[in-house]
Amino acid sequence: MSEKNDDLKKVVNQALAEQKVPHVKLDKMKPSTVDIDKLTKPSKETHQEYWGKGLTFLAIILIILLVVSIIGFVGEHGLATFFSDHVNIIHFLTSTNWDPTQGENHVGALAMIVTSFLVTLISALIAAPFAIAVALFMTEYSSKRSAKFLQSVTELLVGIPSVVYGFLGLTIIVPTIRNVFGGTGFGILAATLVLFVMVLPTITSLTVDALKAVPTELRNSSAALGATRWQTIYHVILRASTSRILTAIIFGMARAFGEALAVQMVIGNAVLMPYNLVSPSATLTSQLTSQMGNTVMGTLPNNALWSLALLLLLMSLLFNFLVHLIGKKGKK
Amino acid sequence: MHAKRNDKIATVFIYIFVAIVICILAGILGEILITGLPHLSWHFLSSSASSFQAGGGVRDQLFNSVYLLILTIAISLPIALGAAIYLSEYAKDNWITNTIRTSIEILSSLPSIVVGLFGYLLFVIQFNLGFSIISGALALTFFNLPILTSNIEQALEGVPQSQREAGQALGLSNWKTIRGIVLPAALPGILTGIVLSAGRVFGEAAALIYTAGQSGSTIDYSNWNAFSPTSFLNVMRPAETLAVHIWKVNTEGIIPDATIVSAATSALLVIVVIIFNFGARALGNMLYRKLTASNTK
Amino acid sequence: MDDLKKEPTYIKTFSSDELALSTKNLSVLYGGTIQKLFNVSLGFKKNAITALIGASGSGKSTFLRSLNRMNDKVATVKGNIIFHGLDVNKPNINVYELRKNIGMVFQKPNPFPKSIRENITYTLKADGQKDKQKLDQIVEESLRAAALWDEVKDKLDKSALALSGGQQQRLCIARAIALKPEILLLDEPASALDPVSTAKLEDTLKQLRSRYTMVMVTHNMQQASRISEYTAFFHLGHVLEYDVTSNVFTNPKGRITEKYIQGSFG
Ligand SMILES: Nc1ncnc2c1ncn2[C@@H]1O[C@H](COP(=O)(O)OP(=O)(O)O)[C@@H](O)[C@H]1O
Ligand SMILES: [Mg+2]
Repeated sequence: MSEKNDDLKKVVNQALAEQKVPHVKLDKMKPSTVDIDKLTKPSKETHQEYWGKGLTFLAIILIILLVVSIIGFVGEHGLATFFSDHVNIIHFLTSTNWDPTQGENHVGALAMIVTSFLVTLISALIAAPFAIAVALFMTEYSSKRSAKFLQSVTELLVGIPSVVYGFLGLTIIVPTIRNVFGGTGFGILAATLVLFVMVLPTITSLTVDALKAVPTELRNSSAALGATRWQTIYHVILRASTSRILTAIIFGMARAFGEALAVQMVIGNAVLMPYNLVSPSATLTSQLTSQMGNTVMGTLPNNALWSLALLLLLMSLLFNFLVHLIGKKGKK
Repeated sequence: MHAKRNDKIATVFIYIFVAIVICILAGILGEILITGLPHLSWHFLSSSASSFQAGGGVRDQLFNSVYLLILTIAISLPIALGAAIYLSEYAKDNWITNTIRTSIEILSSLPSIVVGLFGYLLFVIQFNLGFSIISGALALTFFNLPILTSNIEQALEGVPQSQREAGQALGLSNWKTIRGIVLPAALPGILTGIVLSAGRVFGEAAALIYTAGQSGSTIDYSNWNAFSPTSFLNVMRPAETLAVHIWKVNTEGIIPDATIVSAATSALLVIVVIIFNFGARALGNMLYRKLTASNTK
Repeated sequence: MDDLKKEPTYIKTFSSDELALSTKNLSVLYGGTIQKLFNVSLGFKKNAITALIGASGSGKSTFLRSLNRMNDKVATVKGNIIFHGLDVNKPNINVYELRKNIGMVFQKPNPFPKSIRENITYTLKADGQKDKQKLDQIVEESLRAAALWDEVKDKLDKSALALSGGQQQRLCIARAIALKPEILLLDEPASALDPVSTAKLEDTLKQLRSRYTMVMVTHNMQQASRISEYTAFFHLGHVLEYDVTSNVFTNPKGRITEKYIQGSFG
């Protein structure tokens, strides 16, 4: 013990001895005298801080105001159907009788609601397995380079304007359906296929993010246990990323549900309860798109359309809520 | 061995799915470019649209799209920048911040037709601006704000905390640190974000059909008086963009060459999107290299 | 906890005209409830280097960052910090002015992604200094003071990020000195540097000692004994010993200090 102490002392003393200041002429740099007064007074910086914080918060206020007024305006006009025009809300949600120019007993939106849900669900459900397969391919199977290439293509496809998808649907999908099934070719099937192509890149790129978030150790330890690649994918990777993949699918559904022009171009725009997939139909968005210009502000037909818009808005809030819910569950 | 067999089957299935998707993707891009490009001539780009005959171009639509894009970015950038700075630099972790973030998420998930209809209600009707470029630019701003804000916020968050501490420890205000040090460092990311969102704005139609309108007025490109009704700079005139044009000629179907016009316009839009997409990355990388230029000795 | 109460402690004190900066019962809480620093009362002697040592997580950085109010946003800091007779831990204090008088250098060199010259002039310009000649003069003097001038005088307009880690750290010192502070706070300034750069940095600090009061966190005992006159030992948010460096290292009062020092010199 004491021997060790002596050693230590030697080391320390030697170090201390080295402390003498090296012989250098110090330059002119030296502290300025402290101005105590300045320390308790606001300065230029204090004002900058007020300005900066104030200005940026103003931007935030603008955005919040915007969101509130969107919900407020759409809500006000959408609810006018029920409060000023006295349409029964049960009737609105359950009747398929849509002809608002005929008065309050002809404002049933069920056909459009059902069609909206149908095209959304079918397109997302078809797209999901494809998206997951492509995402798995990109993260688990392919080389880095081809994954990167696929990723850029996916991003590009997310960015293609929806009218372009609608136009392609109109020139490729609709004629094909017409040839195969007869009829006009317009309808739920055409809309679903267009939406499938549109949500596919959305779901794919979000699923890729989900799969990438799975820690590599999980993969390695599973592989080390002798699992096949598919076993690792099925039991480890997909399980660990389930909630985020679900979120990806919901994002895809939200996009499909809210898509207006591409759907409107291929669905045929007839407010009818869908009795098959290849007859003309209408979604909430397609009806809004094609009719809003044909009605007069403040009249029942116009308010009824705003009720459809309100329904769309509420659905988008619901999708948002679901994403949060799943996100919270996934964290536990 | 079940496991081995399942693994094989799964692999085959995944490859089949991927092959199908690649065929679809290639088909889409190929179809657009192959049918569109041949018609994408200088004549097409430089002549005005025809209302019922074949052979019209998209000169005005192209100009309107660019003009709307510029106005939209000009209006939304300061707001998005402010909001992003607040969120990444000032916001504390509390319920107010959560409310703000939720609001922005809601805005970003609203269908663009709803945003457009709101713009219609507020600007076209309430403020009596009519179908006009300014109404359209404001609607596009609403559509653009959330995505631009979060793009910029991400770019700001990519700047290391140590840079902010350096500024603060030197007695700079947060604001000065942000403006002088954080923002320049985040510039590559911010520009990438702007260009990416510009691609979205350029192709948007649903938010425009009831705000900027579905038809154009006569435009005089030599009239620089922005208050004259015929001036190309006038923001009060109705303006149809490229994306709206595609929708319009297909749903109205008056011009006989609607398919050709749409194909060419689609190709034009897709090319612009491609340029924006790759341009954004290239620009970001270039600026990044310039900023961190550690001229190797 | 009880162990700590029984532990003999020694806290050196100075007469008030010897002091550059002192704290009284400084406590720091993170998240409003998690206390990581307990009633630390230390005085720092003018124109001397004081080393803060202790295991990682013992609160050295927490303490140091409180001194120039860098913890304002992340933590609650209670107690007094006396600077020129003024309690600078009060809300009415202009923290920006305070930080100009109490400079700070961090563990990882953090020069701005600007040129070497701009790294120094940026804050001066923000302060209103516009005279080009004056700026050039300050650039040269502060780089000389940080013993960096000879190495960079030909590339003042090159990016600071092209410098080596050690040069960057000395640039950070020059940048702080350019504001003419009285006190420099250094948080493990050499821990990211190689031995040669470390030696150069230590030389620089020794040269600066006659004019600046420096408080330096270090986990390197040799370094503390090489350059510091006083040393404070932190343990779990408490200061157990504060004395002349040789006393702390060769004649510690408490067993925890002794064990730590022997362990670290190893
Ligand atoms: N920003 C922070 N939030 C919460 N806890 C922190 C924060 N910074 C430091 N701590 C905690 O305070 C204690 C002291 O940390 P620190 O002062 O960094 O120690 P040292 O510098 O001595 O290594 C540690 O337990 C650390 O986890
Ligand atoms: Mg530390």
